Amino acid sequence: MSILVDETTRVAVQGLGRAGRFHAEQCIRFGAHVVAGVHPGRGGGTALGFPVYNTVREAVQHQRPDASMIFVPASGAADAILEAVESEIRLVACITEGIPARDMVAVAAALDGSRTRLVGPNCPGVISPGKCKFGIMPGHIHRVGTVGVVSRSGTLTYEAVGQLSNLGIGQSTCIGIGGDPIIGTSFVDVLDLFERDPGTDGIVMIGEIGGTAEEEAAEFAKSGVTKPIVGLIAGATAPPGRRMGHAGAIISGGKGTAAEKHAAMTTAGIAMAPTPADIGSTLAELL
Amino acid sequence: MKLHEYQAKRVLRTYGVPTPKGFPVRDAADAREAAEKLGGKVVVKAQIHAGGRGKGGGVKLAGSPAEAERLAAAMLGMTLVTHQTGPQGRLVKRLLVEEQLPISREIYLGITLDRSARRPVLMASAQGGVEIEEVAARDPSAILREPLSGPLLHAYQARRLAFWLGISGDAFRPAVAAMRALAKAYDETDASLAEINPFVLTEDGRAVALDAKLDIDDNSLFRHADLARLRDLDEEEPLETDAINHGLNYIKLDGNVGCMVNGAGLAMATMDIIQHAGGMPANFLDVGGGASKDQVKNGFRIILSDPSVRSILINIFGGILKVDVLAEGIVAAAKELAISVPMVLRLEGTNVEEGRQILADSGLDFIVASDMKEAARQAVARAA
Repeated sequence: MSILVDETTRVAVQGLGRAGRFHAEQCIRFGAHVVAGVHPGRGGGTALGFPVYNTVREAVQHQRPDASMIFVPASGAADAILEAVESEIRLVACITEGIPARDMVAVAAALDGSRTRLVGPNCPGVISPGKCKFGIMPGHIHRVGTVGVVSRSGTLTYEAVGQLSNLGIGQSTCIGIGGDPIIGTSFVDVLDLFERDPGTDGIVMIGEIGGTAEEEAAEFAKSGVTKPIVGLIAGATAPPGRRMGHAGAIISGGKGTAAEKHAAMTTAGIAMAPTPADIGSTLAELL
Repeated sequence: MKLHEYQAKRVLRTYGVPTPKGFPVRDAADAREAAEKLGGKVVVKAQIHAGGRGKGGGVKLAGSPAEAERLAAAMLGMTLVTHQTGPQGRLVKRLLVEEQLPISREIYLGITLDRSARRPVLMASAQGGVEIEEVAARDPSAILREPLSGPLLHAYQARRLAFWLGISGDAFRPAVAAMRALAKAYDETDASLAEINPFVLTEDGRAVALDAKLDIDDNSLFRHADLARLRDLDEEEPLETDAINHGLNYIKLDGNVGCMVNGAGLAMATMDIIQHAGGMPANFLDVGGGASKDQVKNGFRIILSDPSVRSILINIFGGILKVDVLAEGIVAAAKELAISVPMVLRLEGTNVEEGRQILADSGLDFIVASDMKEAARQAVARAA
């Protein structure tokens, strides 16, 4: 088992520029069923063997995708998410980085009460190894298994997955929820999904400085998660008031520090990896 | 992107937020002239991108145009140190000369993003003039939080805030109007912070923004050419601006182990593991997912502009990226820049073996580590 995506997922790709085409091809190589592309003005054509439509609505009418990956540039990415929400696409992963926060406020309002779950933006997407690669992560570092991975970061997630795979520990599903201040799917959402997934036996949760999402997840985990969790918080050495690359990674007004998050997660019974190089070994000890 | 107080006030005025009459000036004679136009008694305020200016000596009252000139002459060119500038302080190049107001009350108003609620929130407090973090720490009940439903603050919400703040009489209507104008300005400028502290009520029934702070969401600047022009590069670390211009994300820190990493999360984790190994990172540097030769070269150049750097740790989890191509880029950049400090590399991705061979054959002083922990240990040892 896995969460969010599996071998039955029908994937659409919104935005077929260089990045969109490259990653669509990579996803197909790792077994994803990419059934449609959406690129305004290129409707009627094909790309990499799948048909391209001008609008999400047309793509849904003809190919019934239930998940969409968005590569549209930042100025139009929020609009692309809204278009997918309007067409009731079940799962949307927005890879695009740099979307204005105000646009995401509007997206968040549209998501409330909708049928769509958004992952991201500014994220690597979702992969259920051996079943479906729905994002930009390198497929070959993953192994089929029973550990769920959730993280705010991209390459740090790959690092964690690499450590797990090197120890022979496979993954059920790995999700990058994104480094922006406003995101569609939270740690709490993913912990809940992993807890309910019979194919997941353990969880790796990688947070970073900024906001209070890790504290909220820790509070949830106390009563809402029975499976073992290994945690890590990146940014213990980050200075306050500085945005560390990700739009959401900033300690402001003394809030959002690594120490606070570390303490909250420890209190919740989460096993914290002593360094970023010990994520895999800490989980191996728990299982 | 941060704006100066005089810029923020100019923007807020266009939305209908009342501000004191005043003039930005760059020399002492202009300060005198401004004070004359404003009736003699003025406030002289240093314009730097940091709070706490008053305590640092960057805000002074002048009783006459001559005194304004004297104060301005002393303030211009001084290095102002506040709790937000760091010990190195900021050079004062511009002042705002404003009229003095008959203040009866000081209130705090601020709008920022509530990440958990995924919408903006207006915070108000009757304890204006002090930092809101201090108020929040001392007495959270002294702050009223009003979520913005939709882009704007409704009139009923602004009235509720005004009643809660105990505003009455002549100042009530202008205070309500100013709060709504602040919310409109926050929305339409794509602000990440719009703060008036203090928002003052005057003895003659006016409601005025005595100070103003406006931070614009960098991600929105593509649609705000007018605001983007207000960027003051003098207030920014030149190396950080240099990095941005080359598609890199660099933040200078105080240690001596330079680091170059792809991805922000892994870059933070690399800084952390350097500290865990007993060293201190000299910087945060995210070279982006691609890490092309040009980006690596500019990354090296920027890291080495910091004279305290004693070793460089390169941590690239390539994934899809080909390590041999990356290694060629690193070797070429290192040769071109004649890098003399030891370089510790930890590279993952496709064609790792070929990449390591390229590094070994380069004749340069590369130390290849097998994992992050080993890389950090080596880089810290070389920097000691």
